[in-house]
Amino acid sequence: MTPAPDVRLPKAALARLMPMHLIVSPTGHIRHTGPTLAKLIGDAGLSGARFLEVFELRRPRNVTCVEQLRAVAGTTLNLRMRKPPGTPLKGLAVNLPGGQGMLINLSFGIAAVDAVATFHLTSADFPATDLTVEMLYLVEAKQAVMDESHHLNLRLQSARNAAEEQAFTDTLTGLKNRRAMDDILQHYTACGESFGLMQVDLDYFKDVNDTLGHAAGDHVLQQVARILVEETRASDTIVRAGGDEFVLVFHRLTDPDRLGAIADRVLKRLETPIMFGQDPCRISASIGITVSDDYDPPTADQMLIDADMALYASKKAGRAQHTFVNRSDAAEQDKAASQSPPQA
Amino acid sequence: MHGLINRSIQCFLRDTYGPDAWTKIAVAADLGFDSFEALLTYEAAQTEAVLDAACKHLSKPRDMLLEDLGTYLVSHPNVQSLRRLLRFGGVTFEEFLHSLDELHDRARLAVPGLNMPLLELRDHGATAFTLIVTHEHPGFGHVMVGILRAMADDYGALALLDFQGRKDGVETIAIELLESSFAEGRHFELGERASDPVDAVAG
Repeated sequence: MTPAPDVRLPKAALARLMPMHLIVSPTGHIRHTGPTLAKLIGDAGLSGARFLEVFELRRPRNVTCVEQLRAVAGTTLNLRMRKPPGTPLKGLAVNLPGGQGMLINLSFGIAAVDAVATFHLTSADFPATDLTVEMLYLVEAKQAVMDESHHLNLRLQSARNAAEEQAFTDTLTGLKNRRAMDDILQHYTACGESFGLMQVDLDYFKDVNDTLGHAAGDHVLQQVARILVEETRASDTIVRAGGDEFVLVFHRLTDPDRLGAIADRVLKRLETPIMFGQDPCRISASIGITVSDDYDPPTADQMLIDADMALYASKKAGRAQHTFVNRSDAAEQDKAASQSPPQA
Repeated sequence: MHGLINRSIQCFLRDTYGPDAWTKIAVAADLGFDSFEALLTYEAAQTEAVLDAACKHLSKPRDMLLEDLGTYLVSHPNVQSLRRLLRFGGVTFEEFLHSLDELHDRARLAVPGLNMPLLELRDHGATAFTLIVTHEHPGFGHVMVGILRAMADDYGALALLDFQGRKDGVETIAIELLESSFAEGRHFELGERASDPVDAVAG
């Protein structure tokens, strides 16, 4: 086999093979540029500007003259065009035989997406062997799929929010949530089931959150939930109605003595410090109680309002106690309200 | 069938015939949901059911419906991205035709699991071609006729297209290129970004 000859290429062939090449004279001036690169550097190629005036060599560093440039031939060159927007380029330089200067081939590398837009390049600007167009295709396809993925995630997120809203369980404590409470009160009042209603509001809970942090606060809420469950029957409904507000619904239990005893047991246990690691968390609670027997007909809204008022009476009276709704007062207010002229 | 294909059909029906028509078709097809997700995969029978229901609702033969779907995919403003991806294939309509050979692999590279038909272009002289469309589900040939018609328009080329039938899972389209620059094509630049990223691939 005869050895392959050293190749001499006409400039036109070079331009087709490497449309982003340039030839730099021994003095460091640009003597010739491939057609795609010519679109990038414009007049600089025609006027024979110095290579290092048009491109800044970022790596290897400290290359400031053509002699130094010649010395880094064969290594990967990281360049940046000096004119805005400072398009980054990758390059490879080889020294031409006989000291005729250098042949430098450039490529966009990862910057291709922006560069193609900046310089209005078309697929004809890249040789078929160059993967730039394939890369742009993939970027475009990836973007389209990412957009779809983004939309899918948004839809899943809102579906998840909706599902959480519809759920009946408070995720932190495992107790029923307000929605579940509305459901069960609606059911009891509609079916004429008698029940006791207890509003429990924690006192000093904010201090725990403020001094020991939210993890401690969450721990306290979980322990409170456990105490409330332990002190009630399986047929009762324990609700976390808000941050540190709980509502207890006692099915077919309206006896004030028994409800009062339950409230006192709960209060006693809540007064015992709850340990969070080494730290004791001291809280207390105020309780308001009402029973469906006192209403004709009982409505959930009115009972909750009344129990809440009784709760605030407990707070005013110094906390750590329970108060029953006084329906004889409330009944008179109801009566007064019904006699007053209707509001617009 | 991949969600992208199902969603393309859905968006075509919705954008062309209105949201009400789509809702009715989805109910008639007994999907059990009102919208395909582009990134999920569905039973082929569900795609069939939608096409059947659409043909019935619109009183349109399936061939025509599928061809319209193909045209929609590259010409409707809601699905710019697919047109752009196809335009990457070449600077002229002829180059684009030759790039179809790579479409199957390109699509698979971009979306693994997207089972696109195998396409093979055969030359019969400078202006006559045959496109061989291979897929286990019939109908992609008609979609391709619609796509080719719209892409010829996009490039400003004048071409005659003729669906020549399906045999052994292979559909054949005859293409005669009458004039490659008949009219001014639509503007295309590699680097411009899709103007509306919302609903980019399939609406």
